Amino acid sequence: MSSGSDILQTDAPPSQPAEKLCAFKPDLLLSEDHHLCPGCGEPIAVRMMLEAIKELECSRRAVGVIGIGCYTALTGIIDTDLVQALHGRAPSVATGTKRMLPNGLVYTLQGDGDMVNEGLQEVIHSAARGENITCILLNNGVFGETGGHMTASTVVGQRTKNTIDGRDAKEHGQPILISEMLAQLSGTAYVARCGVFNASQTVHTKRILRKAFQTQLDGKGFSFVEILTMCPTGWFVPVPEGPDYLENVLGSVHKLGELKCE
Amino acid sequence: MTRVLMEGSEAMAKAAIAAGCRFFSGYPMTPFTETLEYFGKHLPDVGGVSINAESELEAIGMAWGALATGARAATGSTGQGLALMQESLSEITRAELPLVYFNMARGQGDYYQATRGGGHGDYRNIVLAPIDVNEAVELTQLAFYLADLWRNPVQIYGDYLLAHTNETVEISTMEFPPLPPKDWAVDGSLGGTGKSRNINPIGMSKLKHEIEPEAFWRRLHVKHKEIEQAEARYEEEFLEGAEMLVVAFGTVARFVRYVVREMRSEGIAVGYIRPITLWPFPYEAISNAAQNTQKVAVLEQNGGQMIDDVRLAVLGSAPVVALGGFSSDEAGFGIGPIHGTDNIRDRIEHGLAGQEVMP
Repeated sequence: MSSGSDILQTDAPPSQPAEKLCAFKPDLLLSEDHHLCPGCGEPIAVRMMLEAIKELECSRRAVGVIGIGCYTALTGIIDTDLVQALHGRAPSVATGTKRMLPNGLVYTLQGDGDMVNEGLQEVIHSAARGENITCILLNNGVFGETGGHMTASTVVGQRTKNTIDGRDAKEHGQPILISEMLAQLSGTAYVARCGVFNASQTVHTKRILRKAFQTQLDGKGFSFVEILTMCPTGWFVPVPEGPDYLENVLGSVHKLGELKCE
Repeated sequence: MTRVLMEGSEAMAKAAIAAGCRFFSGYPMTPFTETLEYFGKHLPDVGGVSINAESELEAIGMAWGALATGARAATGSTGQGLALMQESLSEITRAELPLVYFNMARGQGDYYQATRGGGHGDYRNIVLAPIDVNEAVELTQLAFYLADLWRNPVQIYGDYLLAHTNETVEISTMEFPPLPPKDWAVDGSLGGTGKSRNINPIGMSKLKHEIEPEAFWRRLHVKHKEIEQAEARYEEEFLEGAEMLVVAFGTVARFVRYVVREMRSEGIAVGYIRPITLWPFPYEAISNAAQNTQKVAVLEQNGGQMIDDVRLAVLGSAPVVALGGFSSDEAGFGIGPIHGTDNIRDRIEHGLAGQEVMP
């Protein structure tokens, strides 16, 4: 499981039997119970993050700085040290923590409303400073916690409670593509966008998170992972359609890929 | 130990470093800038970190993150910059982190901001208002002790005059009683043990989905009541036989104290009382002093803010009059005629004669 290699060895039988992801609880999760909606992508993304921390053997040095959004409810079950920040302010808080704890693996967990709306300058300044932290954006293009309102990353045409007929660029403007924006800054060492809408992309998400954390461990500077997550409640679509909606509607604008790897 | 001539800003920053401050983040603004400069120049010498933050919002966020690791950390600004920090100040209070922050204010118009705050929810910050640079050196070190003792933010309310007056000072590390270990601080070491920490301002904790808002608020309320009982500080002179008591704070009080001493030497029956802590306000001391005087006057450099607290202290046992007012240079930095003994004496004489003083 934790070989660290991305290439599966297929010239011999596997050393251990196959195990379904849903059949075990990651070590850094205190409980499998959570209060988020059915079909939500955030618990999947957080699980991948916790597995990545464990696989890099950083469980005893990780400190998370958490924004305000639905994912805040997961702080009750994340078993790393945490600092709860204000809406939007996590990158600055993480900056202070990392500077005083240089050997810590310091990460932020923020939503698009938190990071791209309220705290846009925080993440840009921290990235430009080359702050040696890892910022993780859970982007579902909507304020899920308030019940589905437009954020700065809502894509054109997307229905939200305050763009009920779909986001109209003339009236509501264009979405901010935060990964593309941050990749331009010379302070960033690693920038990638991934999504948790199917199994292979979910596994790929963990791989990207490991690379981002490794960037920090190597002291290379600011690392950034944008994870597209499902929010069927906030998109007003049936739960089973969430993954496809994410891939086709948000994913066609917020395009997946590694934007920068130094 | 030798005494050295130092500017207030630098003396306070040096005292902070002597008290163990190892992290500072700030954004330049007159008259606070020199405090930031000193930290930037001298914190690295002791292995500390000083960050020239991109905004006040980010400055206080950085201090928050540093405090969470158990470090002694500080930030600061003028009242204008602190206005931007209010949301974090209230949340840091509820996260029970020991922040020290400097307010090199443009005068005394930020009394309400300092003592009531503009943040959300029930919260209180300890506010220390030094009269001069020597007292500022002591109160800066006391601020770090009180912040750790109570796990509550402490503000040092100064102004342009305090920040930019040179005085001879002696700065050595002061001794305080031992403090409990910061076992709440995050270092990552408890990850995966089931006992990892969560420094949280909204009452959430691990493995509990429901917060208990009333219990959360009540616990903080009780702590703040204890601080009110324990930490009120003041200075008084010539209360005996005073016909009129003058209440003043900060650098303005330095002129008031001088004038009251002068008038007493001439046989004029005035007394002087100065809150050193603006919160907790020395209600009891002023209430007691008001029992034995005919009039209580408040001399502050604003339109009348501390007078509310004085009225709450006096509770009608003596008339309370305002002798203060607006006073500033043209740049708006809060240096004006009120920082002068003639002006102060004139105001006090108006008070004694029962004449009104326009703010």
